[in-house]
Amino acid sequence: MGNSSSMLTQYDIEEVQEYCQNLFSQQEIVSLYQRFCQLDRNAKGFISADEFLSVPEFAMNPLSQRLLKMVDGLNFKDFVAFLSAFSAKASVQQKVKLIFKFYDSDGNGKVSFNDMLEVLRDLSGSFISNVQREQVLTQLLKEAGYSKDSYLTLDDFNKIFGISELKMEVEVPVD
Amino acid sequence: MSSGKGGELIPSSSELDLDRPNIEDYLPSGSSIQEPLGKLRLCDLLDISPTLTEAAGAIVDDSFTRCFKSNPPEPWNWNVYLFPLWCCGVVIRYLILFPVRVIVLTVGWIIFLSCFIPVHLLLKGHDKLQKNMERALVELICSFFVASWTGVINYHGPRPSMRPKQVFVANHTSMIDFIILEQMSSFAVIMQKHPGWVGLLQSTILESVGCIWFNRTEAKDRETVTKKLREHSQGVDNNPLLIFPEGTCVNNQYSVMFKKGAFELGCTICPIAIKYNKIFVDAFWNSRKQSFTMHLLQLMTSWAVVCDVWYLEPQNLRPDETPIEFAERVRDIISVRAGLKKVPWDGYLKYSRPSPKHRERKQQSFAESVLRRLEEN
Repeated sequence: MGNSSSMLTQYDIEEVQEYCQNLFSQQEIVSLYQRFCQLDRNAKGFISADEFLSVPEFAMNPLSQRLLKMVDGLNFKDFVAFLSAFSAKASVQQKVKLIFKFYDSDGNGKVSFNDMLEVLRDLSGSFISNVQREQVLTQLLKEAGYSKDSYLTLDDFNKIFGISELKMEVEVPVD
Repeated sequence: MSSGKGGELIPSSSELDLDRPNIEDYLPSGSSIQEPLGKLRLCDLLDISPTLTEAAGAIVDDSFTRCFKSNPPEPWNWNVYLFPLWCCGVVIRYLILFPVRVIVLTVGWIIFLSCFIPVHLLLKGHDKLQKNMERALVELICSFFVASWTGVINYHGPRPSMRPKQVFVANHTSMIDFIILEQMSSFAVIMQKHPGWVGLLQSTILESVGCIWFNRTEAKDRETVTKKLREHSQGVDNNPLLIFPEGTCVNNQYSVMFKKGAFELGCTICPIAIKYNKIFVDAFWNSRKQSFTMHLLQLMTSWAVVCDVWYLEPQNLRPDETPIEFAERVRDIISVRAGLKKVPWDGYLKYSRPSPKHRERKQQSFAESVLRRLEEN
């Protein structure tokens, strides 16, 4: 996949499709490539944090800073792999896995109380006090059978989300 | 598009100023967090999927970036007989048309400068005569410019008349909008001061038609500019003001929000809609991609610039309307006429980040829903 070319060959498309476990159709991958090239202004082969933030809808999102850590500097293949969790064909487990990865910012396979607190802080800002956030989180953890010092693994997350419906789909516009 | 098979834009307000219209009032709205009833559980608190989906949706496609995407005309299908034809076209355009156009433009400049400089220097005392002559000369050089791109412009509607307390607004696609309109009748513009040769032109020739300069980067600038606008519009002898309320060039398929400055001057607003036909060239000046010089060269090496200009019915502020509602109403009129899709974004987001207010609003709505459900426990 040439960094400077804006043309994807059929081989490239198939390679990317395999990499994202066929969660996107070939047309969608072509569309995503056009979008990737549009965001990657100087054809470096990845999208920088600044370029992501130039999309106002993204910059306004409360989770954008944390999300940037996951998407900053991704090449096209990884970009598609990241977005594949939002495909309509993705399973609930794949979606939960992405959510887990989002919480587990240091990538050690464990989500700590602090990780969850940080995300909660991003989501609620100054509209809930720190004390209250901790209280709510501790209480709900207890009710679910965990303690404040527990580290949650991916299995725990699967258990927690197991019964709920996750609406996490994004439509890729295909010309 | 974020989270929706229906392809609706999930609303995000774009209020950079406190006094923007409340977009959530007239867009399909809804908080990003659905409110299921019942006890708050751990999975509800940890479920970031709505917000995450919005972010992913913005990464995949967003209405703001679409406004500034260049859409060049479709390339021809190459085959045996079309390709040589296209090559002939290139030869004609670059080797015949372009030099002719450069000559036409040079002749135009020579005529213009040889008349303008004497008029400017010698008629210092005779203000009215000097003004009229300078205006006529600017109209002349604009006509030469239009000729240099083989501009095919259809004007519809009554030609603007020189009346005081009248301001013209138009949608903005490129700096050539001004040239196209100035060709027909003399306007005074409010423009961003540019560097280079354009800036030189601005400070010498455009001063004569009474232009006002602003600087996007200066915060206090807005007050001084508003003052200047008001003074100009009240003056009897001044050219009518032409304002592009979008504040930036948009790709002629969308329109971004109109700034309310022009609509608070207490004048009649005469909307002008400009629509370019992309059949020969895409007239959108993508200032991120090319300089104005390159843009002009691109125009001069194309077959023609085709566009329609509609002078629409003058509008006044209604008694129960705020200036922002007025601005949006006029934007609606122009967008309908020129076939533009409206988006609720401020054009200046091209140069700056959205204010933290929007994020705070989302945070507030999330916080409120969590606290409310806690009380239900």
